[in-house]
Amino acid sequence: MSRKPKQKAHIEFTLNGETAEVAFAPHKTLLEVLREDLNLTGTKHGCELGECGTCTVLVDRKPILSCLMLGLDVEGREVTTVEGMNEGAQLHPLQETFADTGAAQCGYCTPGFLLVAKELLTKNPNPTREEIKEALSGNLCRCTGYIKIYEAVELAAAKMRGESVELPKESVYGYE
Amino acid sequence: MIPTQFDYIAPATLDEAIQLLADNAYDAKLLAGGHSLIPAMKLRLAQPAMLIDIGRIKDLAYIREEGGQILIGAMTTHYQLESSERLKEICPLLPETAGHIGDAQVRNKGTIGGSLAHSDPAADWPATVIALNGEIVATGKNGERTIKADDFFVDMLTTALEPVEILREIRVPLVQGRAGQAYTKVPHPASGFAVVGVAVNLSLGADDVCQSASVGITGAAVKAYRARGVENALNGNRIDEALAQTASAHAADGVDLNGDLYASADYRRHLVEVYTRRAILKAFAQAK
Ligand SMILES: Cc1cc2nc3c(=O)[nH]c(=O)nc-3n(C[C@H](O)[C@H](O)[C@H](O)COP(=O)(O)OP(=O)(O)OC[C@H]3O[C@@H](n4cnc5c(N)ncnc54)[C@H](O)[C@@H]3O)c2cc1C
Ligand code: FES
Ligand code: FES
Repeated sequence: MSRKPKQKAHIEFTLNGETAEVAFAPHKTLLEVLREDLNLTGTKHGCELGECGTCTVLVDRKPILSCLMLGLDVEGREVTTVEGMNEGAQLHPLQETFADTGAAQCGYCTPGFLLVAKELLTKNPNPTREEIKEALSGNLCRCTGYIKIYEAVELAAAKMRGESVELPKESVYGYE
Repeated sequence: MIPTQFDYIAPATLDEAIQLLADNAYDAKLLAGGHSLIPAMKLRLAQPAMLIDIGRIKDLAYIREEGGQILIGAMTTHYQLESSERLKEICPLLPETAGHIGDAQVRNKGTIGGSLAHSDPAADWPATVIALNGEIVATGKNGERTIKADDFFVDMLTTALEPVEILREIRVPLVQGRAGQAYTKVPHPASGFAVVGVAVNLSLGADDVCQSASVGITGAAVKAYRARGVENALNGNRIDEALAQTASAHAADGVDLNGDLYASADYRRHLVEVYTRRAILKAFAQAK
């Protein structure tokens, strides 16, 4: 496979369960291809250098930084973005608990956290707080202080295990 | 942040990659995980006219045992090394080191070959490959050669690889008998890279006498180095806390230490000694 800089690259890959075909300038990162050429703006631009994790998507089911991967590199691979998390009208349990607990405030970091957490719960349906922290350590959040995010992941995990879960009181009524 | 434009080629075989590199050695860069190269290109610190993506070549990512050695393909990711159950048994230093690199996303894409070829002075793998007495297999238009880890790291971001060579494989000897290995690290709070990283590989005889010690240190100087002073102090002696203390005092002997905003050279000397002592004791504890 060879691409000249002035020639548009044309690739096919699986995006959120469907085949996607797209043409773009070969130097573009996956992040830019998703946002600019496929209009999927859920995935965010942050530091652009691998530090913040907000650009995380799943490539072949693993969390990957889309700002450090060329668009060309996903040819033939399977990509999941935050737009692919819900099942029809049904939100993913993580999306529900993030909304319910206030784990998303400004929301800029949320797509990255959701996808990393989704992959964590697939591998480990009952993670400890420490395991959650370790798995999410590549994602920065400037709003929440992380505690709500950890709680949301724990709640979603419980939901997905079929346990009945109760939201923390302050998530529903606020602090006294 | 946008890199300069480049030609992109993804050869399907190693032979094609070798030929492409031979024809374009001074304009082209190999692309492995891209986790050092792409940031450098965005910052315009690197402006290659061509990228040769070696990620589509079959069979460059593997962990095998052969002829008393562990063979690791250059494109093996940090995550593959971290999660290998077999390595946890036969060479725990490799998965332990991998687990210290960056975060999960970085480990899913970054490769051991890319890290060694890049030779960042604060990268983790160089210390470990030195401590394991590893060898690096380089292949290119002039054939293949094996380079000892000790001779591989030449200077800051500079290795013994020729511009026409591809790092194909890393080899480390399988340890025999009673052995203990450990990696200790002070991660930079922002980047996660090693302010100091110490890899220790001990082979022990009866009575806890150290038969051979091998110690690699990264983060402290312009390149990773072997701490011979520490090894000499350990070899032939019975390991205990007192010996670990006296041996680790040699961890920075003859080395010009880095100083930066986060850690002055004096502070790094202190860290190198403390983390060497801890690595020795941790390796010793593993050997029990
Ligand atoms: C946010 C972040 C945090 C990080 N934290 C750490 C950390 O804590 N510790 C650490 O050690 N590293 C860290 N890294 C670096 C990471 O480990 C990189 O993956 C690694 O340094 C380079 O590997 P790569 O496969 O990504 O190589 P690339 O970026 O693709 O290549 C790096 C260089 O090596 C050359 N090259 C690549 N493969 C070969 C080969 N087979 N033969 C010859 N030349 C080759 C390329 O041409 C390029 O010049 C971090 C990176 C990021 C983005
Ligand atoms: S934008 Fe990719 S890690 Fe920050
Ligand atoms: S919710 Fe604002 S950065 Fe995380």
